Amino acid sequence: MATPPRLSGLERWQRETFARTPERDAPFSTISGEPIRPLYTEDDLPRDPDAAIGLPGEFPFTRGVYGSMYRGRLWTMRQFAGFGTAAETNRRFRYLLEHGQTGLSTAFDMPSLMGHDSDHPRSLGEVGREGVAIDTLEDMETLFDGIPLHRVSVSMTINAPAAIMLAFYVVAAERHGVAPDQLAGTIQTDILKEYIAQKEWCFPVDPAMRLVTDMIEWCAREMPRWHPVSISGYHIREAGSTAAQELAFTLKNGLTYVEHALARGLDVDDFAPRLSFFFNAHIDFFEEIAKYRAARRVWARELRENFGATDQRSLLMRFHTQTAGVSLTAQQPLNNIVRTAIEALAGVLGGTQSLHTNSFDEALALPTEAAVRVALRTQQIIAEETGVANTIDPLGGSYFVEALTDRLEEECYRYFHKIDELGGMVEAVKQGFPQREIADAAFRYQEEVETGVRKIVGVNAYTEGHDTDTPILRIDPEFERAQVRRVQHVRARRDGKRTRSELDALTQAADDPRTNLMPYLLEAARAEATEGEMVQALQRVFGTYTESPAF
Amino acid sequence: MSSDRKIRVVVAKPGLDGHDRGAKIIARALRDAGMEVIYTGLHQTPEQIVETVIQEDADAVGLSILSGAHMTLVPRILELLREQEVDDVVVTVGGTIPSDDIHELKELGVAEVFTPGASTQQAIDFIRGAVRS
Repeated sequence: MATPPRLSGLERWQRETFARTPERDAPFSTISGEPIRPLYTEDDLPRDPDAAIGLPGEFPFTRGVYGSMYRGRLWTMRQFAGFGTAAETNRRFRYLLEHGQTGLSTAFDMPSLMGHDSDHPRSLGEVGREGVAIDTLEDMETLFDGIPLHRVSVSMTINAPAAIMLAFYVVAAERHGVAPDQLAGTIQTDILKEYIAQKEWCFPVDPAMRLVTDMIEWCAREMPRWHPVSISGYHIREAGSTAAQELAFTLKNGLTYVEHALARGLDVDDFAPRLSFFFNAHIDFFEEIAKYRAARRVWARELRENFGATDQRSLLMRFHTQTAGVSLTAQQPLNNIVRTAIEALAGVLGGTQSLHTNSFDEALALPTEAAVRVALRTQQIIAEETGVANTIDPLGGSYFVEALTDRLEEECYRYFHKIDELGGMVEAVKQGFPQREIADAAFRYQEEVETGVRKIVGVNAYTEGHDTDTPILRIDPEFERAQVRRVQHVRARRDGKRTRSELDALTQAADDPRTNLMPYLLEAARAEATEGEMVQALQRVFGTYTESPAF
Repeated sequence: MSSDRKIRVVVAKPGLDGHDRGAKIIARALRDAGMEVIYTGLHQTPEQIVETVIQEDADAVGLSILSGAHMTLVPRILELLREQEVDDVVVTVGGTIPSDDIHELKELGVAEVFTPGASTQQAIDFIRGAVRS
């Protein structure tokens, strides 16, 4: 009996042609451990390519969320920045805008991320170190001083106290005559991935989910150009997950926010178009591209088939990408420029809507201005010189890329089922399931590096011994003292009675789970309550969160 | 210490940063190497860490910091250890520590600093050597 000719052709090739040379000693698997075959062929394409791959801007959006993609408009080049005081970061923002950056992205310091004011005892030594310190409305106004907020889209990477920062931002804009409905941008707000990976929290999981839902609800009504949640795989990946875990946990987090908003009585099409995503671009080039393509397809299908979305915009998995900080090495740091360029290219070939490229010195410290410029130029070179933006989804239909896309989608659903068995993502997080999966993956990878199975240039291969010193950015300790004075000055200057009464109102509102807290946070911001005071006012009802330590 | 007693190590995350990938990997690797590992979990104050070190009768403490706050937190931990008259605990630091700071930390009493790219085997070997000597 005759076998199908194509199959026998491949077998014949494998035996007669491929096998003539022995394979070199290498893992032949993706960085996530997914085995890769020597060759992919037409047989690896989806059975119904029209349904699975389709066309750009059309369901299931595998080839891109927009019909014209980069033929219409390039991705937004959005470098994440923040350090020292608001005034310092404001200068970096202006520098980036002057050099052709098209959106702003704010990094907050650890105390701000944890809801502590700069003069809190636990903030000591951390103020302005890993991002900008924002304690008050006044700080927020300084941060965006001279920047036209109705024209520049602004992203803020903050989660547990996101609602408070949004309140500061809205009131700061209001004071400059810009209404909430004119503001375009994103605030991360993705609290589930904080418990899973980034670990900056203020409240227990359930009240934190309420705050996220309050923001989704309020923004759906008041801020039509704003993305109230940026569902983020970035930190999940940085914590050591595989590509499939990043994909699955991120999308499942997103679907969980959708469920919570629906339970609030919202219509899916009223808020789903404003949900956006944020993924990592790691060094395994094709796996990353496949991950973005699979993410678009899974999201569109879930929203349409399981959540009844009818507005096409609800189906679009639009995303920001950042190159992988964790792939950068402290050894031979200039090599990081190359890594970042390759990762950025994966983001672009994967159809990202905006992109941050890391600076080559980031395994050492916060980036210097010179390093940031090279990182931004890397994006500009990809956009302007390489020609990759000339056609849409140039890798669509690639046997290998389509097969990897299908494979990641399969893995994603395998995790979805597992999480459903545990009672959904909120439950899974409380049980530490994604946390354990990530820690296991991180440990496996570390073992592969240490046994030399995975090579990292400059670390366990092609090492050079001592590296020449790279100039690094030093944060002046005076910033911390200045910031402490700033927040204390605001507390002394403001109408303390009014602040106190707004904070009490906030605590009372928190006590009633049916109350949306956004209007109360806005009032507290107008009364110049500090971030830490608002967090504490909420903690009086919500309590705090401690992770049970496990490794 | 008697030679049959397992080396007891506290792996601690001082400060506010939530980057616990490295701390967890080190904790697991030290445990797999036969040590008794106590992981503090995240967001520990210097006071909490020193208390754990004393309560657990630790031979060594590994501090993992990736927030840039090491020059505030580590000296404070060393100071508290001295105040409590704990002088036989090996203190190591891991994280993104610039080379100038490494020098200063060692002068203050840190036995070793592990920076990005260091292997878990290096940490295991160092702690074994330092505790036994």
